[in-house]
Amino acid sequence: MKVTIIQFPGTNCEYDTEYAFKRLGCETQIIWHKEESVPAGTDLLVVAGGFSYGDYLRSGAIAKFSPIMNAAKTFASNGGKILGICNGFQVLTEAGLLPGALKRNDNLHFISKHHHLKIENTDNTFLSKCEKDSVVNIPIAHHDGNYYIDQDGLADLKKNNQILLTYCDKDGSEINPNGSVASIAGITNIQRNVFGLMPHPERAMESLLGSADGVKMLEGFLEL
Amino acid sequence: MSQPLENIEEVLASHKLSNEDYIHIKEILKREPNLVEIGIFSAMWSEHCSYKSSKKHLSGFPTKAPWVIQGPGENAGVIDIGGGYAAVFKMESHNHPSFIEPYQGAATGVGGIMRDVFTMGARPVASLNALRFGNVNKDNDVAKHQRYLVRGVVDGIGGYGNCMGVPTIGGEVSFDDSYNGNILVNAFNLGIAKSDEIFLGVAEGIGNPVMYVGSKTGRDGLGGAVMSSDSFTEESKSLRPTVQVGDPFTEKLLLEACLELFKTDYVIGIQDMGAAGLTSSAFEMAGRSGSGMIMNLDCVPAREEGMTPYDFMLSESQERMLLCAKKGSEQAIIDIFEKWDLDAAVVGEVTATGTMELFWHGEKCAEVPVDPVSEEAPILDRPTTRPTYLDKIKNIKITDFDRPSNQDAFEKMLGSMEIVDKSWIYEQYDSMVQTNTIKKGGQLDASVIRVKENGVALAMSSDCNVRYCYIDPRNGAAAAVVESGRNVAMSGATPKAITDCLNYGNPENPEVMWQFAQGCLGIKEACAELTTPVIGGNVSLYNETNGVSVFPTPAIATVGVNEDQDRVLMSNFSASGNSLFLVGESASDFGGSLYMKEICDQVAGELAPIDYKKELALWNLVIEANKKGLLESAKDLSSGGAAIALAKMSATSGFGVKATMKTSMNEDIFSESFSRAIIEVKSENEAEFTSMLNALACEKIGTTTPKDFSLNDVTMSTEKMDDIYFNTFKKVIEQDI
Repeated sequence: MKVTIIQFPGTNCEYDTEYAFKRLGCETQIIWHKEESVPAGTDLLVVAGGFSYGDYLRSGAIAKFSPIMNAAKTFASNGGKILGICNGFQVLTEAGLLPGALKRNDNLHFISKHHHLKIENTDNTFLSKCEKDSVVNIPIAHHDGNYYIDQDGLADLKKNNQILLTYCDKDGSEINPNGSVASIAGITNIQRNVFGLMPHPERAMESLLGSADGVKMLEGFLEL
Repeated sequence: MSQPLENIEEVLASHKLSNEDYIHIKEILKREPNLVEIGIFSAMWSEHCSYKSSKKHLSGFPTKAPWVIQGPGENAGVIDIGGGYAAVFKMESHNHPSFIEPYQGAATGVGGIMRDVFTMGARPVASLNALRFGNVNKDNDVAKHQRYLVRGVVDGIGGYGNCMGVPTIGGEVSFDDSYNGNILVNAFNLGIAKSDEIFLGVAEGIGNPVMYVGSKTGRDGLGGAVMSSDSFTEESKSLRPTVQVGDPFTEKLLLEACLELFKTDYVIGIQDMGAAGLTSSAFEMAGRSGSGMIMNLDCVPAREEGMTPYDFMLSESQERMLLCAKKGSEQAIIDIFEKWDLDAAVVGEVTATGTMELFWHGEKCAEVPVDPVSEEAPILDRPTTRPTYLDKIKNIKITDFDRPSNQDAFEKMLGSMEIVDKSWIYEQYDSMVQTNTIKKGGQLDASVIRVKENGVALAMSSDCNVRYCYIDPRNGAAAAVVESGRNVAMSGATPKAITDCLNYGNPENPEVMWQFAQGCLGIKEACAELTTPVIGGNVSLYNETNGVSVFPTPAIATVGVNEDQDRVLMSNFSASGNSLFLVGESASDFGGSLYMKEICDQVAGELAPIDYKKELALWNLVIEANKKGLLESAKDLSSGGAAIALAKMSATSGFGVKATMKTSMNEDIFSESFSRAIIEVKSENEAEFTSMLNALACEKIGTTTPKDFSLNDVTMSTEKMDDIYFNTFKKVIEQDI
């Protein structure tokens, strides 16, 4: 299993992501955003968290023009798996690889805390090792995590089971930290090979740091 | 070079130089200075850069221990943390800029301290901050402005630190009227480096190139160091143009580019451009080696046209570094910085002259001998006088006042802004990036990260009880060192060294100067007794507005090492049914206490003496018992005494407590006697734990319970405690928006 992680100027979770996948025994590689192709043999392409281009203009809005993003589109259209975490999710929506958009949190503050999430759908590679409707505890850390999609788009997400994760309390009841439509924390595309989420599973790999719930999430990719 | 200045008196005044300074400058130059040179002397001899008022008192700080790799005098201090790795850390103030423009002032404070750390070759891995604001609780313009400052400062710290990808893992914040006109923003950063790959701020090797890397230079922050060396008046808000503007994205690129550069062997020395910009970095780098330097200021990347040599030398534009490279490596260095879309330019070279020679399009525009600028900076022996207020307040006791029931007192103290949970602040900081954070803001006492490279955990805590420092400047400062160390020790780590940020009022006031001198004596004593040397720090004077000086505020951050990252001791209850011990001697000590402030509306009384032997015995007890796995949690007692400590342990854990402690006076549950802790132990470990006490006083006061709080005559439901503890801060700070 070979994981390739994209580094834009301003990315700051690339090493955390690499550390997490290495713990799972994966081969990993960090590539600079000016690369024009996805390295051969890549099983999973990760767009890691951070502040690509300082989040200037709009989170992810400049990163989508980087050369690697053209390669990522080709990779996805050939069925390659892509995971976008936090800023990576923002980049994927800006690039049109995932539907919707991420706006400023409705309290206008950056929010950093552990947050519970409900597993909405396990019929996909990413969450295949999780149990549907179970609750996981995963850190969130974002300023622009307020997921928006119009009503038609939301209906499509629901119809196609594209909603992967929603925000909830420890008992699984819906609570909404940032104003996201339908409390959405993560989605997939209709082909189920591109995944995006605002929470950071790579920060929840060891109970020493407060939670190991991210392990069973990222393990979903191990069979690739 | 340009002609001597005609309006010299005006120029001297605007540069805050005295006539004696002017005579001294002429002696050094052996001629009249020009404007660029006046600017250089003004910056280098400013209080901020020269420490002219404080130097006398800072000498004699304990700075050595076997684990200290680099003490004061460099960009940051360095200690050995085992396995070939080192912790690089420092704390600095950004008080004046943050009062004038809270977001940018605080943001650039964070940016500056991070540069101090990564210029040493370390990757920054953790930040703390120590904040002092005025009164935010009132319904008046001052309190409203203070609430605005809180919101701006927190936003600025988060905005910069989050983008950098460096977790802000803790800090402290307190509120007092004395900061109404002058808030304090102290930022701490710690980085990790290989202990044999530390980079220093030195330029040497004749003919080696001097290079400028990072952001372009603009006119922002012009004269910032001089601004920071003055008191505030009503007009100070017009000083906004002297505040720098931060760009964390560029700093992130600069960090990654520098770390990439440090993997090569091209670098002789490197220093960030902080206060006094290019002037201080160039003079300090040349000064450390006794070299001279030529710089061509027209080669410095500029943000705008029409800038003069004066602007280039005194700009405090952010995100810039000066480095001295090995000759021949210039292009390779430029290539690294270009990859990261940053400017890099050769601006000069090292010479043997011992003189700084500045050129502008080939013409010499300033020539100043390097050593005298730093070595002959005026050292002042300012007069000191014991403040008269001390005699008025020392005999005030809580028994002089009507006192409410302990229940009412508890509710008021628990709800004070100093005590309540600060999630409104710390949830705006990314505390978990880099995946090392074991214990963070909101989890009480020290913050802790693990170090992936060598398996240890590092505990760090910033502390200063400013009321203690007001009523007893010497022992209050010592108590800050002691409390910071105690917080670190309560996590199971051994305190190793401190950095300090000494914030005081106007040094021209002999009473303030006395407070400062006494504070330094207290720090010296405590650091020597506890073997936690000072490895770096910062002095911030002139924290005064309209003649009112802030409380003496020597913020102390201690860093400690826990050799086993799997044995980090938490500060809140771990389970119901465990035994609680109060270790240390309790007396009726209310000098400078939270009770005195909240209930009697006084900052008064006397401090009890500090018993360093007992303090160390407490640290050793917790460290050793934790190594054996005998402890569930430990929390130091500080502001608000046993009652507030137990309440915090309860609120943050969700468990309750049922306890009774012996008192000689009913109010002793709030007493703030030093060198005490609450320790939670499972019943099966009690015997072994108590066998380790030696001569330490210890009282078993009760047990943890599933919920609700009870201590002597105070009770509170978990629900009510949660509401007070977790909801107050946001209500107060957001009431205007």
